[in-house]
Amino acid sequence: MANSHHSHDDSSHGSFKSYMVGFVLSIILTAIPFGLVMFPTLSKVATLWIVLIFAVVQVLVHLVYFLHLDRSAAQRNNVITFAFASLVILLLVGLSVWIMFSIHTVMMAK
Amino acid sequence: MSNLVFDGAKGHDHDHDHAHDHHDAGEMKIYGFWIYLMTDCILFASIFAIYAVLVNNVAGGPSGHDIFELPYVLGETACLLLSSITYGFAMLAMHKGNKSGVLGWLFVTFLFGLGFIGMEVNEFHLLISEGYGPNRSGFLSAFFTLVGTHGLHVTSGLIWMAILMYQVSKNGLTSTNQTRLSMLSLFWHFLDVVWICVFTVVYLMGTI
Repeated sequence: MANSHHSHDDSSHGSFKSYMVGFVLSIILTAIPFGLVMFPTLSKVATLWIVLIFAVVQVLVHLVYFLHLDRSAAQRNNVITFAFASLVILLLVGLSVWIMFSIHTVMMAK
Repeated sequence: MSNLVFDGAKGHDHDHDHAHDHHDAGEMKIYGFWIYLMTDCILFASIFAIYAVLVNNVAGGPSGHDIFELPYVLGETACLLLSSITYGFAMLAMHKGNKSGVLGWLFVTFLFGLGFIGMEVNEFHLLISEGYGPNRSGFLSAFFTLVGTHGLHVTSGLIWMAILMYQVSKNGLTSTNQTRLSMLSLFWHFLDVVWICVFTVVYLMGTI
C-alpha cells in the first residue's frame, strides 16, 4: 500500500542520480565564484557579474534538483506560489535599494 | 437491489475518498509549509534590502573587505552543501521504507549542520572579541542581523531534526512522520538556497 501510494508522484521525489547531478553542479557553481574572488584574475565589474549570475544559476539548480520544482501538475501550485513570492521579493529589494540610493545621491548633491 | 449496489458503491467510494483525503491532508500540509517558506523568503529579502542599504555605513570601522575570511566561509558553505545532499539521501531512504537509512543519513546531516553553526558562532565570537560587534557600525548591525537570522533558522532546523530522529526511531516511518520529513526537507534545502544568497551578496561581493 505504502509503495503503490507513493509511486504515482515519483517526479516530485528525485532520484539518487538527480541529487548527485544537483550536488556536482552546486560544487562547480560555488567553486568558480569563490576562486575568482580569492584569486582575482578578471576586472572587478566582470567578477561581480559572474558572481551574481552564478548565484542565480545555483539557486535555480537547488530549486530543480533539491526542492524538485518542475512543470508537473503536482508542482503547479508550488511554482505559482514561488513565482508570486519572487515578484514580491524583486519589488521589495529592488525598490528599497533604488529609493535609498536615490536619497543618498540627492543628499550628497545638496 | 440497485439501491443496495448504489449504496455499496457509494460506501466504497467513501472509503476510497477517506484514504485519499488522508493522503491529501499530508500533501496539503506540505503545500502550506511551502507557503510559509515563501513568506520566510520575504523576511530574508527585507533583511537583504536593509543590508544593501547599510553596507557602506562603516562609521570608520572595518568594511567587509577587512574582516571576511573567504577560505573559512568556503568551509561553512561546504558543510551546508554536504548536509543538503545527505538530507537528500535520507529522503531517498524514506521512499524505500529504510528506517535505519533515514536515521543514519539524518544523523550525518545533523553533524554537518552542527559543524556549520559551530563555525558561524566561532566567527561571530572572534569578530565581537575584536570589537567588531553589531554595535560598531550600521554595516556590522546589518551583517549580524542577516547572517544571524540565517543561523537561527539553521539552529531551529537542527532542533527539529533531533526531534524527528527521536520520533522516527520510536514510531517508524508512519505517514505522519513522512510528512514531517518532507517538510523538514523543504526547510533544509531552502536554508541552503538562502545561504547561496548570503555568501554571494555578503562575503563575495563584500570582498571583490
